[in-house]
Amino acid sequence: MLKVQDLHVYYGGIHALKGISIEVPKGKVVTLIGCNGAGKSSTLRAVAGLIKNKKGRITYNGADLTSRDPVEIVKSGIVMSPEGRRIFPHLTVIENLRLGAYSRSDEPQILKDIEWIFELFPKLKDRKDQKGGTLSGGEQQMLALGRALMSAAEVVMMDEPSLGLAPMLVKEVFDIIAAINRQGKTVLLVEQNAFAALKIADYAYVLEVGAIVLEGTGAQLIADDRVKSAYLGG
Amino acid sequence: MTWAMFVQHALNGLTLGSLYALIAIGYTMVYGILRLINFAHSEIFMLGAYFVLWGLTLFYLPWFVAIVVAIVVTAAIGILVDRVAYRPLRDAPRISALISAIGVSFFLQNLTIVAFGALPREVYRPAWLENPILMGEVRVLPLTLFVPTLSFLLMLGLVWVVYKTKPGLGMRAISKDIETSYIMGVPVNRIISLTFGIGSALAAASGIMWALRYPQLQPVMGSIPGFKAFIAAVFGGIGSIPGAVVGGIMLGVIEIMAVAFFPDLAGYRDAFAFILLIVILLIKPTGLMGARLEDKV
Repeated sequence: MLKVQDLHVYYGGIHALKGISIEVPKGKVVTLIGCNGAGKSSTLRAVAGLIKNKKGRITYNGADLTSRDPVEIVKSGIVMSPEGRRIFPHLTVIENLRLGAYSRSDEPQILKDIEWIFELFPKLKDRKDQKGGTLSGGEQQMLALGRALMSAAEVVMMDEPSLGLAPMLVKEVFDIIAAINRQGKTVLLVEQNAFAALKIADYAYVLEVGAIVLEGTGAQLIADDRVKSAYLGG
Repeated sequence: MTWAMFVQHALNGLTLGSLYALIAIGYTMVYGILRLINFAHSEIFMLGAYFVLWGLTLFYLPWFVAIVVAIVVTAAIGILVDRVAYRPLRDAPRISALISAIGVSFFLQNLTIVAFGALPREVYRPAWLENPILMGEVRVLPLTLFVPTLSFLLMLGLVWVVYKTKPGLGMRAISKDIETSYIMGVPVNRIISLTFGIGSALAAASGIMWALRYPQLQPVMGSIPGFKAFIAAVFGGIGSIPGAVVGGIMLGVIEIMAVAFFPDLAGYRDAFAFILLIVILLIKPTGLMGARLEDKV
């Protein structure tokens, strides 16, 4: 279980996260929803070890990760797929996947995992020697998720995986997230597409200006009037 | 000009060009990853040559051992320069690191003056390097064949590291996106150290061969070759390793040929490189093989 307790983040003088506490139990899908600037990405970036100026406590299976650097976080079993996909456009699909496995040295298992990614995303197999930059937006998102999965981390944090994709592809991305979860991965999902995220989430938190204002199971929040009016357009 | 003379000039140009190329690779690799012009690089080149002299005269090491030790020590100093002068400024504006680089350059030059003296030092060359080889009408010094060959092998080794090994993959990734590489588990600082180490080792190799070719050591000997190699890197497209190699070799050949065809202009020899720089910046600012200009988000 990934646990964040009373997390504060500061950017210069700005107090961006004001005491966030979340729990991500093993094998579950947990989502953070909220507007732009609510602090969803900051939460993920803090867990990933990218934000130094923070207070609070981040633990994973009891081990304190609060002041670890990103490489140690990946090795301890938590990986982040960043917002905007950020695949390496000048590296081939295979190289992008191998980069995801950088923290590992179990070569035979890495080869097996590349095959596993190709089963999950057959389109990537057809393009395995192509440069990442030549892929379509949807394929790049698959590659970004595949790259994160190659780390063999148990917890996969995804920052806006459906951002900028055509509606048909958005559905595909959420199906894939559900499939990744069924294969045993714990998912911490940040999304602006609140409805789709709540539908697949076991548990959800609503963030507003750096604080949690509401939490509950996905189904509870979909039915909640405040969530409906603010995030589900009804 | 006879055919034999032309071949001789071409070989000399290739020799000079490979030495520029080896230095230019260090500039371009560091720039590719940190967007930093490492102005201390010309002093790294100079230190490589001085360390060989030190190994030979102070510790009586055999030639081969002295060269290997000098390259390893110089690489370590390159890594140390990054650790001390650039890493603390990683999050600072780029101009701060640039100023730090200029400071390191002066520091290393003056440290060399303190340690070895400011007077030029003669380099003793092994006899087998002194006897010209005759190939028909073409007379070449063994160095003129040896330098391009060894440089070529070193560059092949570099290509292997960058394109076929895991740290090379890490280098190529962080040259595009440091943060994403970091969260994917690439130990960014270690890869940057490796980059400085490789660049400095190549510059040291160049400095040592330079000292054999032009057998005189001075604490300021790195300045002009360093500037020219920097121009070669910009000419080829800064950030591109093939660009640094092509730019370096072209610059060496152009320099030698210009003097050969227009002996009256020999006094302007060092100006050719700067004229070339101005021309390339006017015509194609990204260099021969440079990537499109794009700002990092």
